[in-house]
Amino acid sequence: MYGIGVLKTLGITFYHFLMTYVDEIRYLGRRDDPKNIPERQGPLGRGAFTLQYPRERRPVPERSRNIPFLVVDGETGKLRCTACGICAQACPVQCIWIERAKDPETGRPQSMAAAYHLDIGLCMSCGYCAEFCPFDAIKMDQDWELSSYTRPGFWSAEQLAKPETYHAQLHPADYAEEQAKKAAKAARARKSA
Amino acid sequence: MGELKGVAADIFPRLNERFPGALQPAERDGLVVDARQLVAVARFLRDEQQFHYLSSVTAVDYPQPTAEFPARFDLVYHFYRLSGGGYLALHVHADRDKPVVPSLTPEFPAADFQEREVWDMFGVRFEGHPDLRRLLLWEGFDGFPLRKDWKEAYYEEEHKPFKSRFPEGGAPVPAEERTPLKDNLRFPAGWEPQDWDFEEADRLLYQRMLSADRDPAKPLQTDEMILNMGPHHPSTHGVFRLAVRLDGETVRHLEPVFGYLHRNHEKIGERNTWLQNIPFTDRLDYINGMTNNLAYCIAMEKLLGWEVPERAQTLRVIMAEFARIINHMVAAGFYGNDVGFFVTAALYAMEERELILDLFEAVSGGRMLYNYMRPGGVAADLPEGWVEQAKLLVDERLPRKIELMQTMMLENEIVQGRSVGVGVLPPDRAIAFGTAGPVLRASGVPYDIRRAEPYCGYEQFDFDIVTAEHGDSYDRLALRFGEIWQSLRILRQALDRIPAGPVQAKKLTPGLKLPAGETYGRIEAPKGELGFYLVSDGSANPYRYHIRATSLINLTPLSYLTRGMKIADVVAILGSIDLTMGEVDR
Repeated sequence: MYGIGVLKTLGITFYHFLMTYVDEIRYLGRRDDPKNIPERQGPLGRGAFTLQYPRERRPVPERSRNIPFLVVDGETGKLRCTACGICAQACPVQCIWIERAKDPETGRPQSMAAAYHLDIGLCMSCGYCAEFCPFDAIKMDQDWELSSYTRPGFWSAEQLAKPETYHAQLHPADYAEEQAKKAAKAARARKSA
Repeated sequence: MGELKGVAADIFPRLNERFPGALQPAERDGLVVDARQLVAVARFLRDEQQFHYLSSVTAVDYPQPTAEFPARFDLVYHFYRLSGGGYLALHVHADRDKPVVPSLTPEFPAADFQEREVWDMFGVRFEGHPDLRRLLLWEGFDGFPLRKDWKEAYYEEEHKPFKSRFPEGGAPVPAEERTPLKDNLRFPAGWEPQDWDFEEADRLLYQRMLSADRDPAKPLQTDEMILNMGPHHPSTHGVFRLAVRLDGETVRHLEPVFGYLHRNHEKIGERNTWLQNIPFTDRLDYINGMTNNLAYCIAMEKLLGWEVPERAQTLRVIMAEFARIINHMVAAGFYGNDVGFFVTAALYAMEERELILDLFEAVSGGRMLYNYMRPGGVAADLPEGWVEQAKLLVDERLPRKIELMQTMMLENEIVQGRSVGVGVLPPDRAIAFGTAGPVLRASGVPYDIRRAEPYCGYEQFDFDIVTAEHGDSYDRLALRFGEIWQSLRILRQALDRIPAGPVQAKKLTPGLKLPAGETYGRIEAPKGELGFYLVSDGSANPYRYHIRATSLINLTPLSYLTRGMKIADVVAILGSIDLTMGEVDR
């Protein structure tokens, strides 16, 4: 009969409409709990997927990437960066500018950056710098609330620097791997010594 | 003189017999044809050797003469047999000072937009082309940007990485200061902006529209009008303009106007290194970043000759099929947007897309711009618990939701009324127009690259090629749902048997060099055949980087499909073709 299809469509829309209320009741009083977000918004969620930003924030997975940061080593308290320039080479938009430090007495280049600039307006968060860095010195941040009233322009090394603990907290799996590699290297060095 | 390989080696004796002296092996790949014989050779290939499908037309600029050939434009045509198999590349050389070649458009309408693009970008004239206007740039643009001697307004250096970014490279200057708007335009010599007649481009366009299928003796009737839909129009899925000549409500002629989102992706690609292009491909068809990455990496692997590990192959298949589900859901949802659902269907599609994007984000780190595939594998292995999440989605949720959406869209009488019998594309026209993917298959042509020229181990998976009979908008919609079910079938098989092992064949360095040569790599992207034509001179940067944009070429029949239909049907037909402007305009 003509019109059955339209009625079915209306039924499906009505089903979706009802399910949002079912979810409302299921999570009554616990809606604001961030622990429920993955479930409400996951494959088992039935209701509205909308989050009440900024009251609710979606948790991001470990590999989520947005604007790099420079890791300050926990042991030395200095940037891990050696100013090798691989990140600047790999960067598709060429937003990284590095100046290598020079020994003030001999004038020979040192393995640390005198200045590190990252053009935030240009960065496309592709993650190549972190992927190709041989010293685990640059990592991708997960902070996506970056809007500002003025153009951010360049971020210097001071603005980009984040402690190692921050990196460990953001990327637990990656950090564990990094530590295991470090331990293996140290063990090898001890053996050969 | 290059060694002949593959299809070219098989076909060369037959061609040589028929056209003695007109062909010779090309430097790197395929055959060089004498320009005067091009149309005859192409017709022979189509009519007697079953090369019905002209996939890609492009050009390469060689400003320096080589040992064998003088400085030239190298026009490249890629032909396929619809029964499967590899490509046949035909090259035609054009004089660099006065480039003219015969047009294939009268014989192969698939060449229409692509030849216009070559004219636009290289300034090669196609003799016999019915409408040789610029495709992406504006009439009056100074120069032809893909020529090697053309430099953009902010030209910095020929290739990345730029020297200024390195130690002792000078003070950093923000991007927007290096690119002040006042220098953004470069005008032809002796050209004053105030004297510019802005009507010029429109005049050319309307002239074409008014002269098409008209009785010149009959004056313009008062009830005929030219209506511009777009560039800003919700039904055009982006910034896209349709100039329509209307007689009352009936479309007499339609011309699509492109280029509002043009950024010369290919020129950017030639400045980039090979690896730097991967994140840029995400921005082509931004609904399907994964498959764009994949097509480019497959093309690179053809040149590199690398074997991809089994595990990486399976991961690629999983990502590509999830991308297909996303694309078809979104395409169907936005088709609903066009035919009267408002955004209900589109938002239901977005909900499922959201869940698949969660999976993509967990594995690649990006929700839209993944940058996940690499030559020789993928960027990262699956994180813990990913397969379980994916299985939950594939086994539990998606079938239920897709069933609902399919019922909602396909059984609905309003959708049927708007799309059954609207925009019928017969199979022979579908092939001639060079359409690919769902548009081609909905016309009853069972051509799927996953079968015709398998990649990533698709030959190990059990799936059907979905086809439809009528080739109308409704069939194109229904076919997408059919393909979603097949994708779920592939996903179930793939998720059950992900082999162990590495996900990357070789350790990559940012300055990866590709051996000299040229290739055409293609995959069955959700929207159709996505091909990358790459020319390498052995350095770390592509010499030529061309994209066969399936969204653009699928629009070739648009003018044909809408002729004689009502203006409201234009929206339905456009929606059923499924396009992303990021890929159309590049």
